[in-house]
Amino acid sequence: MTFWVNFLPDSPDEARKDDGLYTQKPVVVGDTLPAAFGFGRTATQAEIARLDIDVRPDGKGLPAGEGKPAIGKVIFAQKCAACHGVGGVGGPNGSLVTTNDPAKKRPDKTIGNYWPYATTVFDYIRRAMPFSEPGSLTNEEVYNLTAYLLHANGIIDEKAVINAQTLPKVTMPAQTLFVPDDRKGGPEIK
Amino acid sequence: MKKILRLDQLTTKLSRRAMLGGAATAAVAIVQTAQGKTVQESVSITELLPDDPTKKVGTLAGEVGTRSSFEKVVKKPSDISSRSPLQDFYGIITPSDLHFERHHAGVPVIDPTKHELLIHGLVDKPLVFTVADLKRFPSVSRIAFLECSGNFRTGKETMSPQDICGLTSQSEWTGVKLSTLFREVGVKPSASWFLAEGGDAAVMTRSIPVKKGWDDAIIAYAQNGEALRPEQGYPVRLFLPGWEGNTSVKWLRRIELGDAPWHTREETSKYTESIKGGKIRQFSFDIDARSIITFPAYPKTVERGWIEIRGLAWSGRGKVARVEVSTDAGKSWQLATLQDPILDKAHTAFRYLWNWNGAETEIMSRVTDETGYIQPTFAQLIEARGPDGGYHFNPIAAWQIKSDGRVLNRPER
Ligand code: HEC
Repeated sequence: MTFWVNFLPDSPDEARKDDGLYTQKPVVVGDTLPAAFGFGRTATQAEIARLDIDVRPDGKGLPAGEGKPAIGKVIFAQKCAACHGVGGVGGPNGSLVTTNDPAKKRPDKTIGNYWPYATTVFDYIRRAMPFSEPGSLTNEEVYNLTAYLLHANGIIDEKAVINAQTLPKVTMPAQTLFVPDDRKGGPEIK
Repeated sequence: MKKILRLDQLTTKLSRRAMLGGAATAAVAIVQTAQGKTVQESVSITELLPDDPTKKVGTLAGEVGTRSSFEKVVKKPSDISSRSPLQDFYGIITPSDLHFERHHAGVPVIDPTKHELLIHGLVDKPLVFTVADLKRFPSVSRIAFLECSGNFRTGKETMSPQDICGLTSQSEWTGVKLSTLFREVGVKPSASWFLAEGGDAAVMTRSIPVKKGWDDAIIAYAQNGEALRPEQGYPVRLFLPGWEGNTSVKWLRRIELGDAPWHTREETSKYTESIKGGKIRQFSFDIDARSIITFPAYPKTVERGWIEIRGLAWSGRGKVARVEVSTDAGKSWQLATLQDPILDKAHTAFRYLWNWNGAETEIMSRVTDETGYIQPTFAQLIEARGPDGGYHFNPIAAWQIKSDGRVLNRPER
C-alpha cells in the first residue's frame, strides 16, 4: 500500500517560504497493512450453524428430514395457493408449475421449464416463502413442498421421497439451457 | 419562530385578491413550531412567499435542511421498485433520498448496534464483525453508479427517462474493502466463489466470484457522506462497482466462501436472460455501456433556438470514452462534451449544444466505453440475442421532437 504525504501550501506567500517541505517528492511508506488488524471476534460453530442455511446443487447444506408430493400438496393448498394459484398455476404472484397453455404466446417461466437445479427450490422456499410469513416453515414442510412442486411439474414420480440424498440427484429439464456469460466488452454486441 | 418543513398541498389557483390580502390559505404544510413540535397547518401566501424577501426575516437555522418547497422531485414507486427521476437531476450524484429502490421483501428495520456480518466457509478464521468493527478498518470511498440489470422499458410515447431507465443512480460509497476483510479471515486459495446474504425478509443471496472480492468490492456503510439509507442497505451492504445491482446485496449479514456457485433463485430463475438458440445466459455481472439524453426529454417541452442537450453515460467495464449525439434521427453523429470527472464505472455527464430550427426530428445519444463497446440500437440487441428481451437491455433511446416543441419517447415496439 502506498501513502502519499502531500503538504499543500495554504497561500502563495507560504509557498515562497518553501523550505523544501512543499517541493519534496511524496514519501512512499510501502506496505503498512498489518497481517491482521485483530478486529471482530471468532465465530462459534453454533452461530455459524444458525445462520448457514444455504443449499448447493451438490446437496451441501441440506438438512435431515424428507418430503412426499402427496403431503406437500395439502400444505401448498393451505399456505401457498392463495398467491400462486390452485395447483401452482396462475395466482396473483405467478405460476410455479409449467402448463402448455396454447392461449399463451410464451409459456410462463416456472420451476419445470426454467429452473436448472432442484436444490434451489428447497433453498428459496425455506428462506423466503410464504411471502407473508417468511421463515415460518419447518424443514419437513419445505421438503414436502419441494417434492410436491417437482411432482406437479412432471419431474419426479408421485411416490418419490425427497431428502438430502435424493434431491441433488433430480435432473431439471432446464439445466442444459444455462450458459455462463460470455460478454467481454469490445465492439461485439452480445 | 415556526419553520415550514414541507408543503403538502399548494393551492394552484390563487386569486389576485388573496395574493394582495395575504390572509388566504395558500398551502397546507408540515410546520415546525417555535416549541419544536411538528404539526400540519395552513400557511398564508405571505408566509409562503413574501412580496419582497428582502423585507422579511426568514426562517431560523434548523437541524436538517429541507428541499425548497418549489421543487417537486420524487421517485416513482411500484410494488417492487421505485425509479429515480433522472430528468430532474443535475451533475452526477443522486441525492440519497432519490436513489432508486429495488428490494424483494421490503425495507427491513435493522438496529445497527445489533447487526453483525459473519464471514465463514473456506477461511482460516471465521469471524463476526459488528458495524463498529467494520468502521475501524481502513476505509475507502468511491463514486460509482448502481444499476438494476432489469432497467429498460418502452412501449409508450409518454415516457420520461425515469420511466425508461430510472433504476440507475450514483453515490459516493464509503466502507471497507472486502479484500481487507478477506485478509483478516484468511481466505483459502481453494475458495473460488462467495455467497453474499442479506438480512431482509427475502434473505437475498447471490454467488460472486472471489476475484471480484479481491478486485474492488466494498462493504459499504455510508453513502454520500452519511450512513447508508435504509432503502440502500442500512447498516451495511455489499457494493460491487459496475455489476448488476442485485449482486450488491443489501443489509449484508453473511459471506460464505466456497468452491462453486450456489445457483440461488436470484441467479437462475431471475437475473438470467434468454439468448439465441434457446439458451439462458447466467452470471451476467457486467453492466454494458449505456447513455440517455435526460434533457430535452418527456415531459419537458422545448422552444426553437439554442438547446443544451444533456444526459448521462456510464459503463460497468470502465470509463466512458466518448458520447455521440445525433439530432437527425441517427443519420449523423457529433461528439458531445464530457463533463469532468470522468470516473471508472460511473455516471458521466455529457452535453451538446444544438440550434433547433423548429423542424420535427429525433435526437439520441450513444456511448462508447474504454473497451471499445458501442451502445447498440434496440434492433441490434434483438438481432444479437433473439426476441425475448429481458435483463441487460441497454439500447439507444430516441426522443421525438415535435414541431410544437413536445418531446416524446420513440417507443421500440
Ligand atoms: C402472500 C403471497 C405469497 C404466498 C402466500 C406465497 N408466495 Fe411464493 N411468492 C410470492 C411473491 C410475491 C414471489 C416473488 C418474490 C420476488 O420476486 O422476490 C414469490 C415467489 C415464489 C417462488 C419463486 C418463483 C420463481 O419463478 O422465481 C416460489 C418457488 C414460491 N414463491 C413458492 C411458494 C411456496 C411453496 C409457498 C407456500 C409455502 C408460497 N410461495 C407462498 C408470494 C407468495
